[in-house]
Amino acid sequence: MLRITRLRNDGRCLCARSTDLARGIRCGRIHGFGLTRHIYMTFLSQVPSAAISSASPSDYFSLLKPRVMSLVIFTALAGMLLAPVPVNPIVGFASLLAIAVGAGASGALNMWYDADIDAVMKRTAKRPIPLGRVLPQEAQAFGLTLTLLSVFTLGVVANWLAAAFLAFTIFFYVVIYTMWLKRSTPQNIVIGGAAGAFPPMVGYVAATGQFSLSSFILFAIIFIWTPPHFWALALVRSEDYRQAGIPMMPNVRGSDHTRLEILLYTLVLVPVGVLPWLFGFTSLAYGIISITLGGTMLFFAARVFAVRTGPQADRHAKALFGFSILYLFLLFAEIVIERLIPIVASFVAQVIG
Amino acid sequence: MTKDKEPEGITLTPEQEKARRQRNVAIGVAIAFFVLLFYVVTIAKLGPGVIDKPF
Repeated sequence: MLRITRLRNDGRCLCARSTDLARGIRCGRIHGFGLTRHIYMTFLSQVPSAAISSASPSDYFSLLKPRVMSLVIFTALAGMLLAPVPVNPIVGFASLLAIAVGAGASGALNMWYDADIDAVMKRTAKRPIPLGRVLPQEAQAFGLTLTLLSVFTLGVVANWLAAAFLAFTIFFYVVIYTMWLKRSTPQNIVIGGAAGAFPPMVGYVAATGQFSLSSFILFAIIFIWTPPHFWALALVRSEDYRQAGIPMMPNVRGSDHTRLEILLYTLVLVPVGVLPWLFGFTSLAYGIISITLGGTMLFFAARVFAVRTGPQADRHAKALFGFSILYLFLLFAEIVIERLIPIVASFVAQVIG
Repeated sequence: MTKDKEPEGITLTPEQEKARRQRNVAIGVAIAFFVLLFYVVTIAKLGPGVIDKPF
């Protein structure tokens, strides 16, 4: 059971005594638009036996943010398949696994650092740390161990440039985004979005040992896609974010301004989404799909911009959020499929021949 | 004179014991997988010729 008590607003917090910390009590400070709030969390179930864990492997697995991890695998695979040289399937698989575990490690470190705000927000209150199933320091140790493991594995299996890039991605997500930007600026997810956009570039570097324009374009697509995707959710969940003290765009600049920015970012996203075809590293099929999907995404964003009040407004924002996931998934699926077909075909030909 | 009571230590509840066993199995499987992965990657990168290398 978790008890949360908000303490004083004067910058002092009584709960951060070392004895309390040893008993599974953590003090969290939340900064956000002029507020400094202190949150006091007591894992009541763990006070008598803080050292004995009842966490199951599935609790640790959920620390890895499996859904984010699957998207990372997918986008990194797309980056890897853009490589002009064929990748050994076993080396490719091991590299993808290392990148995925690296993404999972940053998820665990994010949950360690953000346990205080996760406990306040409905969407995240059921994560293992707020539930009291995993202690913050256990999640921290888990995340750090997996970080080392994934970076060194990628270095040995692929190359050290890719390993360094993966380490930088984890650093960017955990330190730059989670520890710094998330609680301090409404541009948090804009800049922090880079961490989520790096995987295709890491995948490409793992396959080739160098950077390329094609993988940078995939980075740009995810980077520009992130703000409209997250802000659509933030519009619906703004009360949650307000309570947690996170300065999301709707809470700081208002919902109207957020709707305008969503529309502007989507207007940039549509042509950027077509770039892979214009630069000639995907087929005409990709071009047609990206223009169609981009047009649909723009329609959803325009509806969010136009309808601002009532239950309809929330519904449109949720629809944009849902479609944005489909948009990114289908674009990358198209790239993966069209790159995999010739590889599978030549493999089958080899086996038959 | 009464003899001092032996310290009982910590007794795990059945739930904690089950969770610990599951964690141990998970760690074991993960390590075994990791060993296998490095073996297969080594063969893939260096080929079977790794065995014939002169020392």
